[in-house]
Amino acid sequence: MKSLKTPVIKVLIAAALSLGAVGAGQAQTAATAPAEAPAATVAANPAPVAAPVEAPAATPATAPAAGDAAAPAADATYVPMKPTPGVGQPIDRGIDFQPQVSPIGEQAYWFNHVMLLPIITIISLFVLGLLLWVIVRYRAKANPVPSKTTHNTFIEIIWTAIPVLILAVIAVPSIRLLAAQYEPPKKDALTIKVTGYQWYWGYAYPDQGIGEYVSKMLPEDQAKAAGEPYQLAVDNRMVVPVGRQVKLIVTGADVIHSFAVPAFWTKMDAVPGRANETTFTANKVGVYYGQCSELCGVDHGYMPIAVEVLPVDKWEAWVRSKGGNPAGPVVETAAAPTEIAPAAASAALPAAKN
Amino acid sequence: MTDIAVTAPAHGHADHAHDHDHDTPGFFVRWFMSTNHKDIGTLYLIFAIVAGIVGGVLSGMMRLELAEPGVQYLGGWAEMLGGAGDEVAGKHFWNVMITAHGLIMVFFMVMPAMIGGFGNWFVPLMIGAPDMAFPRMNNISFWLTFVAFIMLVGSMFVPGGSGLGAGTGWTVYAPLSTSGSAGPAVDMAIFSLHLAGAASILGAINFITTIFNMRAPGMTLHKMPLFVWSVLVTAFLLLLALPVLAAAITMLLTDRNFGTTFYDAAGGGDPVLYQHLFWFFGHPEVYIMILPGFGIVSQIISTFSRKPVFGYLGMAYAMVAIGVVGFIVWAHHMFTVGMSVNLKMYFTAATMVIAVPTGIKIFSWIATMWGGSMSFKTPMVWSLGFIFMFTVGGVTGVVLANGGVDTALHDTYYVVAHFHYVLSLGAVFSLFAGFYYWFPKMSGRMYNEFLGQLHFWIFFIGVNVLFFPQHFLGQQGMPRRYPDYPDAYAFWHLISSYGYVIMGVGVLIFFANILWSLVAGKKAADNPWGEGATTLEWTLSSPPPFHQFNELPRIA
Repeated sequence: MKSLKTPVIKVLIAAALSLGAVGAGQAQTAATAPAEAPAATVAANPAPVAAPVEAPAATPATAPAAGDAAAPAADATYVPMKPTPGVGQPIDRGIDFQPQVSPIGEQAYWFNHVMLLPIITIISLFVLGLLLWVIVRYRAKANPVPSKTTHNTFIEIIWTAIPVLILAVIAVPSIRLLAAQYEPPKKDALTIKVTGYQWYWGYAYPDQGIGEYVSKMLPEDQAKAAGEPYQLAVDNRMVVPVGRQVKLIVTGADVIHSFAVPAFWTKMDAVPGRANETTFTANKVGVYYGQCSELCGVDHGYMPIAVEVLPVDKWEAWVRSKGGNPAGPVVETAAAPTEIAPAAASAALPAAKN
Repeated sequence: MTDIAVTAPAHGHADHAHDHDHDTPGFFVRWFMSTNHKDIGTLYLIFAIVAGIVGGVLSGMMRLELAEPGVQYLGGWAEMLGGAGDEVAGKHFWNVMITAHGLIMVFFMVMPAMIGGFGNWFVPLMIGAPDMAFPRMNNISFWLTFVAFIMLVGSMFVPGGSGLGAGTGWTVYAPLSTSGSAGPAVDMAIFSLHLAGAASILGAINFITTIFNMRAPGMTLHKMPLFVWSVLVTAFLLLLALPVLAAAITMLLTDRNFGTTFYDAAGGGDPVLYQHLFWFFGHPEVYIMILPGFGIVSQIISTFSRKPVFGYLGMAYAMVAIGVVGFIVWAHHMFTVGMSVNLKMYFTAATMVIAVPTGIKIFSWIATMWGGSMSFKTPMVWSLGFIFMFTVGGVTGVVLANGGVDTALHDTYYVVAHFHYVLSLGAVFSLFAGFYYWFPKMSGRMYNEFLGQLHFWIFFIGVNVLFFPQHFLGQQGMPRRYPDYPDAYAFWHLISSYGYVIMGVGVLIFFANILWSLVAGKKAADNPWGEGATTLEWTLSSPPPFHQFNELPRIA
C-alpha cells in the first residue's frame, strides 16, 4: 500500500481553498476567473457566473448549433461526433459492463471478471450443490434416523479459514485497484471543473480559459434527430483529448449529484462545499454517456453526461471554438480570460483548418 | 443446546385450567390497551402485513411505471392523491414512492414483523417467561410504531417541495432533504422516523431486560434457542444504532427549521457528515433486519432435520461478531463521496470480513441438515430458499465491498438487486418461513400445506425474475431512483416487471392461505412438527394460554 493519502488530501484541500468552498461551492476556479468569484455564492442563483463575460464562446443556453454566429467562422470545424452503437452507452439486452476504454476501467473489469465473478459464481453453485445434496441424501425417506452430531472442530476451522483465504486473495488486487484509482494526477493532466446543478451539469476548463458552460439533456426529438440515445444525449458535451489524463474537480451547486461515466469506470459525488478530485484517461475516440448517480430531486433522471473523446488536434479545434487556448495553462500573471480568448482564437486559425 | 429437556411441571394442563380462571379482557381493552406479549405480537404482525401491503403496492406501481420507457402513469397518480397532475408533480411523486417504499418496508414491515411480531410472541415462550419484562412499555412501543406509520403515510399528502410528499429517498440525504425540499412533508417523515426509532429503542430495552432477567431456571445464555440469541443481538444493535439516527435527523430538523448549518457547508457544516451519521445507523440496521431471520431459520432447519443445530456456539457468536463488525463498516455505503484512499481501503477490508461469520452460518445450517432426517414442510422449504438466496445476495455484497469495483456499481441497479436479494429474498423468506412455522402455534390451526408450497414456488420464481435481471441493468450502468430510462434498458426492465406480477400472485396465494386456514384449517396439535421441535413454545397448547408459565419450567 503506497501512502497516497497525504498528496491526495493536500490537493483536495488546496482545490477546496482555491474554490472558495463557501456557499454553494459553485465559484469559478479562482486562478482563472478571480473577478467573477465573489458573485458566485448565492445558492438560489445557480446560473454559471462566467457566462456573461465569455463573449467568443457559444452562449451556454443556446442549443446544439455548434458553429453559431458569435464564433469566428474558421472555428466552426467542431461538429459533435456521432456515438458508436454499443460503445459508451448501454446496449439492448446487455448484461455486462460497458466496454472499458480507460486503464483503470480495464483493470477493474479484469479484477471483476477474472476474480470476483468466477469466485462468487463458484461459491453460489457450491452452496446450491450442498443444499441439493443434503436434500436428496438426508431426506427422511433416505435417512430415517438422524445423526446426533453437533460439533466437528476440524470442519468448523476449515469453513472459517477458507473464506478468510479467499477474501485475502480478493483483497490484494482490490487494494491495488484502489491505489491505482488514487494515483496523484500527472503534471500534464487536463483539469476540468465539473459542477452539478439541479438539473444539469456545468463544465469549465480553467487552464484553457474556457469559462463554465452548461450541459443539458436534449429533448427527445432533437436527440433522435442527432442520432443519439434519448436521455443520454446532451446539448454541450464535455470534450477531452484522447490518451491524455483528465483531472476532474467535482462539486455541487445546490444538492448532491454524482458525475458518472460507466465506460471510464468513473463516478464521483458532486457535494456542495467540497471539491472532489478524480481522474480518468480515455484511450479511445468516441462519445461516452453517463447519468447523474445521486438522487437530486425531480429531474434526477434527466441530467445525463456526455463525454466526447477527440484526437488531440480536433480537441484543440474544439477548445478554440470555445474561445480557449489549447496550449494552456496560461502564465500566472495572465489577465482575465476575456483578453486571452480572442488572441488564442486568432492564433489558432491556421491549425483549426484540419 | 437448543435440545432442551423440560423436567417439571406439566404446565400445559395447569395453564389450560388457569386460562379460564382469569377473565380475558374485553375487545377494546385487549387489543388497544394490551400488555400481553402474545396479543402485542399479533398486533405487530397484523400491522406489518398491512404496511407490507402498502409498501408492496407502491413497488407494484413503480414496476408498472418502469415496465416501459417513458413516463406513463406518474402524473395521473400524483393527481389522484390530490397533487397537481403535471409532469413535475409526477416525477416528484416518483421520488415520494421510492422514499415511502423504502421506509415502509424497513421500519414498518420487516422490523415490526421480525422483532415486534415474532420476537414478542416467541422470546418469552422460548425462554420460559410469563411475559415481557415491561408489558406497558411493550404496548407503547407498538402504538408509537403505529403513529409513526400514520405520520409517514400522512406525509405523502402534504407539500414536500416540487409536489406532495417527501421525495428524498429513504436515506434523507442533506441538502436535498434540507434546502432541497420545502414544505412540511419531510418534517413529517423525520418525525415519523423519530417515533419509530423511539419505539424500537423501547422495544430493545424490553427485550434485553427480558432475556437477561427472565429466563427460566436452568436456561443459561448458552442454552437459549438461537432465535432468542438473534433477538438479543438485534436489540443491542437497535439500542446503539438508533440514537445516532435520532441525532442525525434531529440535526436535519434544526437545519430545516431553525437555521442551524450542521449539514450546510456555507455555515461550516458538511453534507457528508449526515451520510456518516446515517450509515453508522444504516449499516447495523441491515443486520437488524436480517439477524432475527437467521434465528428463525436456525430453529426451522433444526426442527425439520430432527437434529440439533450444528455448532451452536459458533452460530451464536457468529451473530455477535456480525453485530460488532456491522458497526465499523458503514462508509462502504459512501465510497463515491470523495474519501481518502486509506479510508476506502479500510472499509473495503472491514466489509469483506463480515463474509466470514456469515459463511460460518451458511455452512452450519447445511451441516445441521447433514446427517439429518429432513422433511420438507412449507417452513423448511422457505428456509432452504432463504439459504440459497441469501448466499446469492451475500456474494454480490462481497463484490460491492471492493471500493474500486463499487465505483462503477455504486447507486446502480446492481446495488438494488443486491439488497433486495438479502432483504426481499432473505429477510422476507425468513419471515414467511417463521410465519408458516409458528402459524399453528399462534392461531391454533394448521395452514394449508399445498397452498404454502405453491406460495413458495411462485414467489421464489417471481422474485428471481424480478431481481436477477437488475444485476444486468446495474452492470450496464442503469442508475437507481430513475422514473425513466434510455431505450436500451427496456428489455430487462420489462422482464423485471413481469417478475413482480408473478411474485404478486404468490402473495395472493399467501393471503388466501391465511384466510382459509384461520376459518377452516385443521386444529393444530401442541407440537405439530414432531420430535425435531424442541423449544419451549411447543410444550404449550396451540394457541398458548393467555398467560403461560405461571409455574416456571425447569431446564435440565
